[in-house]
Amino acid sequence: MKKIISFFIAFIILQLAATAQGEAYTKKMQQTLLMFDSAKTVQDLQEVSATFERIGDVEKTQWLPYYYAALCQTNIGWMDTKTDKDQLAEHTLAIIAKADALSPNNSEVFCLKSMIATQQMLVDPQSRFMKYGAASTEALTKAKLADASNPRPYYLEGANIFNTPVAYGGGKERAKPIFEKAMALFNAAKPLPLYPSWGKKQTADMLAQCQ
Amino acid sequence: MKLFMKRWMSSMVLMVVLANFSQAQIRVSGITKDNRGHVLGGTNITLKGTYDGAVSDSTGKFSFKTFEKGDFIIEAKNLGYKTVQQKVTITNDAVTINFSLKEEVTELAAVSVTAGSFEASDRKRAATVLSSLDIVTTANANGDISSAVKTLPGAQQIGEQEGLFVRGGASYETKQFIDGTAVNNPYFTSVQDIAQRGRFSPFLFKGTVFTTGGYSALYGEALSAALILESIDLPDQSQATASLSPLFVGAGLQELAKDKKSSWGINYGYTNVALYFQVVKQTPDYFTMPEFHTADANFRIKTKHGGMIKYYTTFSHNVLGLRRPNIDSSNYKNAFGLQNNNWYNNLSWKENLGKGWKMNLGASFSTNGDVISQQIQNQFNQPAFTGALYIDSLNFNLNSRQDLSQIKAVFEKRISGISTFRFGSEYWYSVVNAKYSTLFYNITNYNSRLIDNLTAAFAEADLYITNGLAAKIGGRFEQSSLINKTNFAPRISLAYRTGKDAQMSMAYGEFYQKPENTQLYYTTNLGFTKATHYIINYQKMNKDYTFRVEAFYKKYDALVKTYPAIDNSGSGYAQGVELFWRDKKTIKGLDYWISYSYLDTKRDYLYFPQQLQPNFAASHTASVVAKKFITDWKAGINFSYTYATGRPYYFMLPNSTQTKYIIKDQGTTIPYNNMSLSFEYLPNLGKKNAKTFLVLFASVTNVLNYNAVYGYNYSHDGSIKQAITPPANQFFFIGCFFSWGVDRSQDAINNNL
Repeated sequence: MKKIISFFIAFIILQLAATAQGEAYTKKMQQTLLMFDSAKTVQDLQEVSATFERIGDVEKTQWLPYYYAALCQTNIGWMDTKTDKDQLAEHTLAIIAKADALSPNNSEVFCLKSMIATQQMLVDPQSRFMKYGAASTEALTKAKLADASNPRPYYLEGANIFNTPVAYGGGKERAKPIFEKAMALFNAAKPLPLYPSWGKKQTADMLAQCQ
Repeated sequence: MKLFMKRWMSSMVLMVVLANFSQAQIRVSGITKDNRGHVLGGTNITLKGTYDGAVSDSTGKFSFKTFEKGDFIIEAKNLGYKTVQQKVTITNDAVTINFSLKEEVTELAAVSVTAGSFEASDRKRAATVLSSLDIVTTANANGDISSAVKTLPGAQQIGEQEGLFVRGGASYETKQFIDGTAVNNPYFTSVQDIAQRGRFSPFLFKGTVFTTGGYSALYGEALSAALILESIDLPDQSQATASLSPLFVGAGLQELAKDKKSSWGINYGYTNVALYFQVVKQTPDYFTMPEFHTADANFRIKTKHGGMIKYYTTFSHNVLGLRRPNIDSSNYKNAFGLQNNNWYNNLSWKENLGKGWKMNLGASFSTNGDVISQQIQNQFNQPAFTGALYIDSLNFNLNSRQDLSQIKAVFEKRISGISTFRFGSEYWYSVVNAKYSTLFYNITNYNSRLIDNLTAAFAEADLYITNGLAAKIGGRFEQSSLINKTNFAPRISLAYRTGKDAQMSMAYGEFYQKPENTQLYYTTNLGFTKATHYIINYQKMNKDYTFRVEAFYKKYDALVKTYPAIDNSGSGYAQGVELFWRDKKTIKGLDYWISYSYLDTKRDYLYFPQQLQPNFAASHTASVVAKKFITDWKAGINFSYTYATGRPYYFMLPNSTQTKYIIKDQGTTIPYNNMSLSFEYLPNLGKKNAKTFLVLFASVTNVLNYNAVYGYNYSHDGSIKQAITPPANQFFFIGCFFSWGVDRSQDAINNNL
């Protein structure tokens, strides 16, 4: 009997510790996501990204911290026009590789890859469109295949088309139906706690510009 | 029991909570610097195994608080630097810990040697010099690689002969390499005083490196320059193409396998200029209209470990015949006929062998056959006998064939960081046969045959000392069985970063080349000809613009003299300064480049009596190339202007004692001017559902109709002098290119986004 009780107690303690750890993770993620939302400068984003990376390194089984760490880096890419996009891409892809290993064929991770390719393309569209433009589109196609209900690949596709000159098959008229599709998916989306939910406001802004 | 558990649990929880709150947070702070002592912002500091850490600010300082106690590892990470770990024990006191990070040498950040070389690919950096699209949109090039390359500094504007004349070098001093192996006949067979086009389309290649000196030990048998072409890997998509113009028709198919691991393709083209020559009058009288059949095929296979196997073959057959007045007597004409067959094959295999090893294997085989004849004809275009030896001896038949087989193996190993060591060997087996007949010397089928086994071994190290300092050190050993000589050529170059996007490079190298076959027919008792290059270069380059200035000195030794005796007693030098500026940004949508070359060169070779400026060297050469794509019109307009000062020309005859040639007449030609325009129109651009993609292309060279004089021909005694001019002052082209299966608007977007 004693043995059983002590075993039981040990089990409870472990369980408790695990829950505590899980709570700590959730709490830390929530805190860091709040920091992410309020990050305004490149320096802020670097710190948030580093914090997400640390969480990922401690947890070892969660893909979300690495996802957000990489998302911060792509935001830096959009924000800081002077940063070396190739170096940034190399760094970000290394973080993404960790998320990829923990959660293969993940729609959200494909979205990141698409954004990185777009940033690399924009360095010198003249000589890079063939390679990176195609890579960006391919990643979005994979993102849609992996999760048809994810609105973000549609938002990104819409943005790509919106930014392509009308004469080359881009422009707001062509982008609008895609943003509308993204918006419909955003309205239907019920993201799990801590899961990505960004993009709805941006889609609404883009739709407004398409009018 | 239950009660006990509950109490136990709540006390546990309480303990955990109390433990957290009773402990004070400890501050960990410090400063991060690089190994030169400069503060380093953006360093990511992590207390390993915890969520705690910080990022250093722009003054290098970092600070964070932690509840943790005990022994930990603290890590400092920064992009472009080696990660550093330190042990730390956290007790109740604040911890100060500083880091010094060493720069990591990476391919992205490291300088590369640029002395002497124009790299036109996306391999390393965003900014490129010439892409295949750049070549086809260079107004005066008409899709010919060499013509576009001539708008870069270092190359001469030579119109009477094909090839690249680089920094005082003759055209045979520049070699072309495709996927590592040399190309024996990169141009269509020469016709006196008329430059021929290159055999290869710019769309075959993803990267073009034009090195005007100081190049790698991997390449040999070129005294002056190397045009290094790297063929494309797999195409982006399957497609069918067709082209139509008054000058040619063509069709092709390129099939990419579903798994995108392999592809194959075939193309055929037929060119006939008869219609064009009826509309645009040519100076020579063509009795056989130039006609070309070309066919090519390829396959490409991606291997398991990311390697690539590529095969390309092309066959062409062409004929032409033309009459020009004989310079010695206006009663007679020289009728020249040519038939050429050329077959070129290239097989290459690139593979990652693992553990930092890479392998590049290349094999090529080409065979080129020419049937050339010249006949003296009278005013009725009938064969004629004049009785004057200097005219009658121009009657000849030449049947020649050149075969070249090559294999080349290069192995590469990462030594430390990104520093690389590579070595390898190549073997060229060449057979040259010529049968020469001339009635009036009673020579029938005089047979010349040259067989050479050329073996080379080479080794080279790319050393990256820091991101800002790199060196390339190599050597090349060659042996030719035909002349039974060996040589060793050391090569060294250095690159040093002087500021953001800016660098200085220096290069030194020795270069050897076998004498030309036309000389070896007389004797094989000759040695290698030699050039020594010294180059210094400054370059500032980013994605929007490129600026470079380069100065060089080249010394020629052991050039072949053919008079009074045939030996290696020739010599010469070339020195100069070159400028290049390319700007894609300042004027929106306009991409332009300007190049200027100053050249001072003299050489004593062939029958020259002393060192002279050769007739293929102008002192000043400049080009302006501009392109603009107008999105709303779906059209592009391209402009080029090329200027070169006059080139020297000479008329020489042996002196009375036949000991040397003496200059009987000399002068300088008028300057060369050529302004060209070309247009492309892409009507289906951006039409997403268009099945056919169409490009309409038109070009005019020498819009202002300047007269060009490339030099002078003299009668046998020098009493008559005739300007060498192009067959027609201008060239007009219109054509349309169709493709199905791939949206070519991507190409156009390249120009404009």
